Amino acid sequence: MSLRSVMKAFGLMIGLAAGAAALAPGGAHADALESIAKQGVLKVAVPQDFPPFGSVGIDMKPLGYDIDAAALIAKDLGVRLELVPVSSSNRIPYLTTGKADLVISSLGKNAEREKAIDFSVAYAPFFNGIFGPADVAVHGPADLEGRKVGVTRGSVEDIELSRIVSDKVTINRYEDNNGTISAFLSGQVELIATGNVVAAAILAKNPPRKPEMKFLIKNSPCFVGLNKGETALLERVNAAIQKAKADGSLNQIALKWLKAPLPADL
Amino acid sequence: MAYRFDFAAVWDYAPVLAHGLALTVVLTVASTALGIAVGVAGAAARTASHPLPRRLVAVYVEAIRNTPFLVQLFFVFFGLPSLGIRIGEWQAALLAMVINLGAYSTEIIRAGIEATPRGQIEAGESLAMSRAQVFRHVILVPALRRIWPALSSQVVIVMLGSSVCSQIAVEELSFAANFIQSRNFRPFEVYFVATALYLGLAVATRWVLARVGGAAFGRRRHG
Repeated sequence: MSLRSVMKAFGLMIGLAAGAAALAPGGAHADALESIAKQGVLKVAVPQDFPPFGSVGIDMKPLGYDIDAAALIAKDLGVRLELVPVSSSNRIPYLTTGKADLVISSLGKNAEREKAIDFSVAYAPFFNGIFGPADVAVHGPADLEGRKVGVTRGSVEDIELSRIVSDKVTINRYEDNNGTISAFLSGQVELIATGNVVAAAILAKNPPRKPEMKFLIKNSPCFVGLNKGETALLERVNAAIQKAKADGSLNQIALKWLKAPLPADL
Repeated sequence: MAYRFDFAAVWDYAPVLAHGLALTVVLTVASTALGIAVGVAGAAARTASHPLPRRLVAVYVEAIRNTPFLVQLFFVFFGLPSLGIRIGEWQAALLAMVINLGAYSTEIIRAGIEATPRGQIEAGESLAMSRAQVFRHVILVPALRRIWPALSSQVVIVMLGSSVCSQIAVEELSFAANFIQSRNFRPFEVYFVATALYLGLAVATRWVLARVGGAAFGRRRHG
């Protein structure tokens, strides 16, 4: 609780400083890319409570996939990176009020958000799928017939899975992700339906049964959010992400935080 | 009170509830039969003259009576597979319930056996009954008659405790309630119905056990 309020106050202070900087002469209405270059600082809104995308390390510094991706873009732009910790509910307001130049906060795209802000190309995979050990041959919902699949009750993947499979599939629903993980690790279920982030958390423990992605249930990759109309900045950010995809540096970040390579279609 | 009840939202899932209720009943009936059998065997061993069976059963009874049922269930379901013993969820639930009821009923039946007047056993022996005959007719049946109400209460406790089996994806009554409220977001109505069903089930369990006891041992003749 107190840690959270400290972090909030910290975020607010940075936000105030950022706001003041944004209101500085020539800052507010100029092209965002130009003003970033002029000030030599890229302000990025990052999550602080959503590992492995963004959390606070024991040294109180933010760390995670989103932080590394922000550092990568700032490096490409040749400017200093300033992290602005945000929560999932205030990440878009931070952007639209000029407290951050970019939102790199595991942001998914939807029609409502597209009305308010622009999105870059996808920079991180975020999806729900069927996971299981390498020796289980499953390629689609039909292959699940006669098999037992574990899932966390009431989750997005539970609803999707229940929709797409026939009643010949046994779905074992557990109370929370820990129950689902335990059922998989103890071999009580052959397969689990879960998010790539949860699968990464299992892999991080280096268990004997390693969850491998079998097929996708729901895909909702992450995008960098920008203010509307900042075409120059958008092009620059897209170029930086494409370059990082091409030279393998984004893949390194994926391997580090998600324990799996970037999907080819990202 | 501004809350608007919508029981129709639960009624849509009546088959799920019926399935859950049926599984709770099956688990209770099976674990009661097997658990009481374990209890009789345990109580016989607990009152044996040889110290080895006495001590083994004492360890079993104390280990089970002093640990939570949920932990016992997780031990069977998530723990045993590490030793290569993998059993399905309803089998794990049944096994855990039998082990649990077995320990409690051992203690309850032992109390009944120890309350047998010494002279009654001697009377049986003087009638040239074998040891097995004495145990069955003179010790066990009167003991069961004596402790039947206590044992019935324990069965109801185990029936209500079976609700935690939902944690290992056994689709009994609590699982059905949890499942429905995760789909229709009507927890109050769902748990209202589930509570009423458990209450009805507990009353029915006591009624059935009273009948079973009456048929098996006759009326209680002495305190």
